[in-house]
Amino acid sequence: MLEARDLTIKYGERVAVANVSLTLMPGQISAIIGPNGAGKSTFLQALNGQLEPTSGVVLLDGQPLEKLNRRTIGRRIAVVAQEAELRFPITVLEFVLGGRFAWAASASWGWETERDIEVANTVLHETELSELSGRLMNELSGGERQRAVLARALATEAIILLLDEPTANLDLSHQSTLLALVRGRCDIYGASALVVTHDINLAAQFADNVLLMKDGHTISSGRPEEVLTPGLLRDVFEVIVLVDAHPITGVPRVTTVHETHRQV
Amino acid sequence: MTISESSHGRASTVYKPPHNRTTLRKTVIACGLLSGTLLLVVVLMSLVGSEPLPAGASLCALLSFGRSQCTLTSDQFAILFQIRLPRILLAAAVGGSLATAGASYQALLRNPLAEPYLLGISNGAAVGTMVALVFFGASEWSRPLLAFVGALVATLAVYRLARGRAGATPERLVLAGVIVTTFLSSVIVFVTTLMDATRIRSFTFWLLGDLSGTSKNLLPVAIAIAFVGTVVLTANARSLNLLMLGERDAFDLGVEVGRVRIVVFVVASLLVGSSVAASGSVGYVGLVVPHLARLSLGSDNRLSIPAAALGGSLFVIVADTVARTLIAPRELPVGAITALIGAPLFIYLLKRT
Repeated sequence: MLEARDLTIKYGERVAVANVSLTLMPGQISAIIGPNGAGKSTFLQALNGQLEPTSGVVLLDGQPLEKLNRRTIGRRIAVVAQEAELRFPITVLEFVLGGRFAWAASASWGWETERDIEVANTVLHETELSELSGRLMNELSGGERQRAVLARALATEAIILLLDEPTANLDLSHQSTLLALVRGRCDIYGASALVVTHDINLAAQFADNVLLMKDGHTISSGRPEEVLTPGLLRDVFEVIVLVDAHPITGVPRVTTVHETHRQV
Repeated sequence: MTISESSHGRASTVYKPPHNRTTLRKTVIACGLLSGTLLLVVVLMSLVGSEPLPAGASLCALLSFGRSQCTLTSDQFAILFQIRLPRILLAAAVGGSLATAGASYQALLRNPLAEPYLLGISNGAAVGTMVALVFFGASEWSRPLLAFVGALVATLAVYRLARGRAGATPERLVLAGVIVTTFLSSVIVFVTTLMDATRIRSFTFWLLGDLSGTSKNLLPVAIAIAFVGTVVLTANARSLNLLMLGERDAFDLGVEVGRVRIVVFVVASLLVGSSVAASGSVGYVGLVVPHLARLSLGSDNRLSIPAAALGGSLFVIVADTVARTLIAPRELPVGAITALIGAPLFIYLLKRT
């Protein structure tokens, strides 16, 4: 279980995140939404120690993050960042095997074991990349690369998944495959996931909890139908929205209403 | 095209990966072959020179590790064991050190162009060596020590200059390297003017990379540093594999980024410092050799770092043999040869990738 208590993160004088708390419960997907510059990604980076909070504490299974070494954290928390840097040629399989680093017997030397290869092949299959495992990463399309980044995160077998805009480069079918994979990790293995996204409807559809942020502050948090209300969304995004129930699933469905539409 | 052909046609278009996954087996085989080649080249190149040595007798003496003179005259024996072999071993140490340092900087800084010579780190070591020569001339040991300090200071300077708010981009890094290189070059010019005229010529020669002034005491140090440095950096190769994909990703996946960075900076500075103190700035070795290693064996540092070390030794031994035989009995600085071979090869590599 991952718990952030009263995190405040400052860049110099500028407050990027102010007193935000969040608990990731086993089996649940949480989503953070909010306008650009709300501090969503900054908050996410603090959750695995990438950024040190100015005040507040992050607890991993009750232990403060800074007391744990990187490999212990790497086995428990996986991050799906937006895009990998690729300046050297590397195959998809080699890339995904990078997710096994934290499981090596020691931080130095070390070669991949049979089990590492097995795990890598499983996640490549799950992300529909088996056919491409021998390809070079920089020959892949943006969507395929994004799936490889997810595959590498899944290869860590971490129980906590932090995903920063994981669906940005994906088409509709791969968006739902990705979220179904994350859902599966939560339902079957009791994993917990946190997704930073701009896609409010995706959050409504897949998240158990939604955290709405603006200017570093928590505006609201709770179940999607509690947070995704026309009033709150108008205050935060400064646009008029229509919220109705999805005809099939019943979850909130958010559509923007443009000035021109209102005049009609 | 028939139906059966089209259904099987796919097999021929299946993509063949450029490299098999790097395994311990592949690494042992590749490094074993390179070590064998290196041994062969050491023996062969010790027979070549302005004074030709009889092959059979020299081989006999070499195989006895100098315990037997075989049929060599005492002059020939002295040339082989007092002059040529030490020089070849120094070339191996220098080449291995520079190539290993280059390969590690490239992985750590995510920049295929990172190289001790181009980043100004060799110049930092050269300034350190000059300070040692001018102020502590009597103490031989002060040279590699101050060269190491100079290399480390230059490394940290380049790193700090290159690191903007958004982290160190490759472009900033190369620019920072240019700034540090030119600044240190003027320091070198300044120190040179403080020397007496007779020493300036040998000094300029040394600056360009010169293996002729092998010191008996420093040779074992240079070899030991090259060997230990390569082992330590290879031990961090799996972390470097992840660092090649970005510091953030490496950190997320469990790499102690800060620790690995310090290890690479300190060990690579030691490698560059000991080679520059022994032989001046031999350029392009750290650029060309790791490139060739990655191109032929893949980007996995667990293989490309030790392979670059062995390849660097081979490269500098051959270059130095050319340097001392091309216009014999006169000599060229080995740095001029490595640049002559390295620069065109580098352009070729750039065009290919």
